[in-house]
Amino acid sequence: MRLRCPLCGERDRREFSYKGAAVALDRPATEDWSAEWDDYLHNRANPAGETRDLWQHAAGCGAWLVVTRDTVTHAVTEVALARDAARGKGAA
Amino acid sequence: MRFSGLKVIKEGLTGNRGWRPHWRDPDPKGAYDMVIIGGGGHGLATAYYLAKEHGITNVAVLEKGYLGGGNVGRNTTIVRANYFLPGNSEFYSHSLKLWESMEEELNFNVMHSQRGLINLFHSDGQRDAFARRGNAMVNQGDDAILLDREGVRQHLPYLDFENTRFPIYGGLYHPRGGTARHDAVAWGYARGADARDVDLIQNCAVTGIDVEQGRVTGVQTTRGAIRAKKVGVVVAGRSSQVAAMAGLRLPIESHVLQAFVTEGLKPAIDHVVSFGMGHFYISQSDKGGLVFGGDLDFYASYAARGNLPMAEHVMEAGMTLMPMIGKAKVLRSWGGIMDMTPDGSPIIDRAPVEGLYLNCGWCYGGFKAVPGSGFSFAHLMATDRHHAPAARYRLDRFATGRGLMDEEGTGAQHNLH
Repeated sequence: MRLRCPLCGERDRREFSYKGAAVALDRPATEDWSAEWDDYLHNRANPAGETRDLWQHAAGCGAWLVVTRDTVTHAVTEVALARDAARGKGAA
Repeated sequence: MRFSGLKVIKEGLTGNRGWRPHWRDPDPKGAYDMVIIGGGGHGLATAYYLAKEHGITNVAVLEKGYLGGGNVGRNTTIVRANYFLPGNSEFYSHSLKLWESMEEELNFNVMHSQRGLINLFHSDGQRDAFARRGNAMVNQGDDAILLDREGVRQHLPYLDFENTRFPIYGGLYHPRGGTARHDAVAWGYARGADARDVDLIQNCAVTGIDVEQGRVTGVQTTRGAIRAKKVGVVVAGRSSQVAAMAGLRLPIESHVLQAFVTEGLKPAIDHVVSFGMGHFYISQSDKGGLVFGGDLDFYASYAARGNLPMAEHVMEAGMTLMPMIGKAKVLRSWGGIMDMTPDGSPIIDRAPVEGLYLNCGWCYGGFKAVPGSGFSFAHLMATDRHHAPAARYRLDRFATGRGLMDEEGTGAQHNLH
């Protein structure tokens, strides 16, 4: 598996560390503990197919990335800066 | 049909014409008291214990492929009870006891070999932690012996004791740990369940779970609708997909774990050796192949294959620990789909849908749990009460924060185990 960092170009998988499903971009608005927080922290769609997850180009530029890929084939269809993905959601 | 030495000799002398299939291949009936989704080790053990311990035989096991074709058909076969935390400790202790009586009970040779497991340590701090773990194991009634460096050398003279990065200080020896023939466990339970009139239905994928007014009424399958009063979901890496059929989201991410087997060699490695600091463990199969593996690839995957960086890492760790294996040729490797929970411990519990039961989250440690998991899950499904050794495997522990079992002490979050 190789990922194309938007800043550095295509690099070996070893340069990237995986954080998990990109739900981290959907942090609940409230600070109080709720079922919403439980769902955000623990429960996952865990799709067999297209998924979006967070990676960091840890051994490269350090950028956080949202990777769209297929969990069945390992095909990577899109790599975007997490910053841009978050702004796209109106979270900037 | 019972196996015995006499029977084997008789069949050997008469052309092996007397053997019969070990289980029927029935068509599904329209309704059962209970349906188990998943014909792997855990599902088959559940069906067996439902019939044997609870007298519930109007049961179907639905398997989308063939029996035992998932993770129980390909794993590194290690059986042990060396857990530390309350909740895990009593569960795996119970499971190991079931292993020890399984072959006689099932009249089936699962090649359970208690050759001993040695977990290596490489610092004073790690020694303290392993001594504490060993004490927990002894307190649970299991066996653990703390070996110093020379003690390890007597068992494993071929290790590189002088390794600069991870010099070997000693090991925690678990004599009752060992290996078993992975397929045979599934086959033994399948045979035992079938003999008690459980229907084992293969090539039958579940496509939907019927829920009416918050209560399960049956399942939809590729071989027609099947009504059931209770449904157990025991599908390992596919748990999220099957639970979604009942509208549930589970605290599970499916990850890939790779393992490797070499060509057959003469006996060289008598134990199971675990080199945690290098993320490497190894044993030698009865056929002679070295069976070894490492850590997860650490990204969500259903591909049933991993990537080369982890393969390289595992090989490096093996060479670091025991340079003698360097010329062994790797025959094959594979990636299993691991149902990872946030705290690294499993779930055996009722789902928040009446009549639906969950058995999942075995992470990369499900094989040794097969008998205990089946026993406890059958108890839960039959009685609606938790079986004591598995009573802490609750689904709601993540929501409440109570009773999290983070054996590694790394945190109860995804992607840390």
